[in-house]
Amino acid sequence: MNDVESVLKKFPRAGRDALIPILQEVQESMGYLSRDAVARISKHLDLPATKIYGVATFYNQFRFQPRGKHHFTVCRGTACHVKGSNRVMEMAEKMLKLKAGETSRDRVFSLETVACMGACGLSPVMSLNGEFHAKVTPQKLVKIIQECRETESKNEC
Amino acid sequence: MIEMQVDGRDIEAREGETILAALKREGIQVPTLCYMEGLLPSGSCRMCVVEMEGAAGLIPSCSYPVAQGMKIQTRSPKVLEARKTIVELLLGNHPDDCLYCVRSGKCDLQQLAQTMGVRQRSFRGKKNQMEKDVSGPIVRDPEKCILCGRCVRVCEEVQGIGAIEFVGRGCRSYIGTAFDQGLNVSTCVNCGQCIVACPTGALSEHSSINDVVAALTDPNRMVVVQHAPSVSVSLGEEFGVEPGQDVDGKMVAALRRVGFDRVFDTSFTADLTIMEEASELAARISGGGVLPMFTSCSPGWIKFVEQFYPDLIPNLSSCKSPQQMMGAVIKSYFAEREKIDPARIVSVSIMPCTAKKFECDRPEMAPNHVPDVDYVLTTREAAQLLRMFGVDLLAMTPEEADTPFGERSTAGKIFGASGGVMEAAVRTAHFLLTGKELDRLDMQPLRGMKGAKEIRAKIGDLEVGAAVVSGLGNARKLLEEIRAGRKDLHFIEFMTCPGGCINGGGQPIGSDPDAARARMQALYRIDQVESLRVSHKNTQVARLYEEYLGKPLGKKSHQLLHTHYNARDIL
Ligand code: SF4
Ligand code: SF4
Ligand code: SF4
Ligand code: FES
Repeated sequence: MNDVESVLKKFPRAGRDALIPILQEVQESMGYLSRDAVARISKHLDLPATKIYGVATFYNQFRFQPRGKHHFTVCRGTACHVKGSNRVMEMAEKMLKLKAGETSRDRVFSLETVACMGACGLSPVMSLNGEFHAKVTPQKLVKIIQECRETESKNEC
Repeated sequence: MIEMQVDGRDIEAREGETILAALKREGIQVPTLCYMEGLLPSGSCRMCVVEMEGAAGLIPSCSYPVAQGMKIQTRSPKVLEARKTIVELLLGNHPDDCLYCVRSGKCDLQQLAQTMGVRQRSFRGKKNQMEKDVSGPIVRDPEKCILCGRCVRVCEEVQGIGAIEFVGRGCRSYIGTAFDQGLNVSTCVNCGQCIVACPTGALSEHSSINDVVAALTDPNRMVVVQHAPSVSVSLGEEFGVEPGQDVDGKMVAALRRVGFDRVFDTSFTADLTIMEEASELAARISGGGVLPMFTSCSPGWIKFVEQFYPDLIPNLSSCKSPQQMMGAVIKSYFAEREKIDPARIVSVSIMPCTAKKFECDRPEMAPNHVPDVDYVLTTREAAQLLRMFGVDLLAMTPEEADTPFGERSTAGKIFGASGGVMEAAVRTAHFLLTGKELDRLDMQPLRGMKGAKEIRAKIGDLEVGAAVVSGLGNARKLLEEIRAGRKDLHFIEFMTCPGGCINGGGQPIGSDPDAARARMQALYRIDQVESLRVSHKNTQVARLYEEYLGKPLGKKSHQLLHTHYNARDIL
């Protein structure tokens, strides 16, 4: 039984109000909401897939592509914004050639934003695969990304 | 009765109605955008605001109920200013594209800007920049969308589909499909009801006018055209005629002027469909076939069954639709008769429907890769073609459609209204099974705009349960009953659009809501005054069987006039 089925088993005969918890649990176990997962949830709840997509895109927390090996999360909260997180984000988009919510084709990099990481004193902040980086500048970010690329090319040889 | 005051005048309103409804009766026009007749108000656009004494802010009249002693201002400076500002805000990120827009002249947004006297750009927002979806017959141009939500509501609440939805949030939201795919791979059935509901040029049909013009100017092609039963009672509206006027003869003359080599009447193949379908029904009843049998002439409905009710595909009649039957006999019988290579014939049809564009592209509808029908024009496109070619429809002297596919019974003509196929089928089934004509041909309970109608018809010793459903939301309800085991029905007519083809997604835009009813009445008036009222007495249909097809459900019929369906896996 795959991840979606085991989540849905916990919600037998569920109605529309169970949609958000189901989406959260599926994302929790799969890392993202795949088409197949949405199609399956759509059948289970008797709700058009488009509706589910509409609801899910309303919230920032859901992603529709799997995470990359190096997953960047940039904080876009108020404090970070004041300290220039927009320039960090711009640099991330430029270097990774990705927009928020996207994953590179080779699934090596992915990028997303969060509203606040709760570490405003250290702003601007970001995390890489859950590992926390404080007072990030665009220059610092460039170095971090380059390090990721280096480990990748080592792995290849 | 409720007494209230509007702009200083006393008026009476009805208990439970909205302010908007009361104002309308008083001859007071209030602009609306998100409001849709027949659906619950969503109150989201606030275009319809009025001032109410005692209320802090302005209130939306489309969703606010009337109350005793209420005092309303509909044209105070505050109201006019608010409405104008709403329009200006909508225009803030709108492309100034009216000159190039399909909807220009029929656009509610353009009209509102005129009405409110907007003469300059007051807000300079970033223009919407999104790609058009041109993947299928329904074209979506999100840049022109004002997010009124009407398309979403029609698709979900009327058609029971939900192919489109608000995606994203806040100022970045837009109308989209699941995973932002093209409509062609979505659950959309191409009904076009969203186009008719849209107040702007954000939704339209994929146009085939250029292809048709190219064919008309190619001397090596023979270009033939067919027109659907409901087009002659709606086309006039595009030229300023009152809804419900039949312009059949003038339209035939106009199409000849445009340069079509032959003008055929799809009502002819509607009669042919009845011969095949009534025979199929009789065979299923006597031979223990799958019942109830479902009609198959509405291509949106077919796709709906294929994707949502694949278990009921065996219930669908195997008959092609009248459009496709006409296409098939044009490129076989007619081509042989005229001694012309079918590949040299360009077959055009004028339909009240956008789903017909999808239907003619189905691979099953192109034996040996020669499509039965090459291009479909909606009623709207046909009108544009006439205008482009400078043909004055109303000045034409009426002419008749061409042999061998020009004769029709009125049974074939009423196909254009919900209930018409059933009425035509019962008339002929009765004759086929008993050898006698019905005493009374009219079947009043099957007529009218109601979404679901039923009768029990006596055919000889047999009592037949017949149902008529239009609008796919209504179809869902009946199909669920059938899945749950309902067994008393033999034959069901399903039409995709509410009220049938007279209210199709390809019909004129901006007609008043009563237009569909007037078009329907026009069809039944024709049925009342003409004498050939049953399909089995159509002499040209009889000749087609005699010279070419053999008999209904025969080998040749099967090859040319019948088809099959496939379950669709769709997100
Ligand atoms: S949608 Fe209306 S306002 Fe917008 S460009 Fe088209 S005609 Fe003009
Ligand atoms: S054409 Fe019909 S099914 Fe398709 S999006 Fe529009 S309303 Fe929905
Ligand atoms: S596409 Fe048309 S009907 Fe749909 S929300 Fe946009 S403007 Fe309204
Ligand atoms: S028409 Fe009343 S709020 Fe939109």
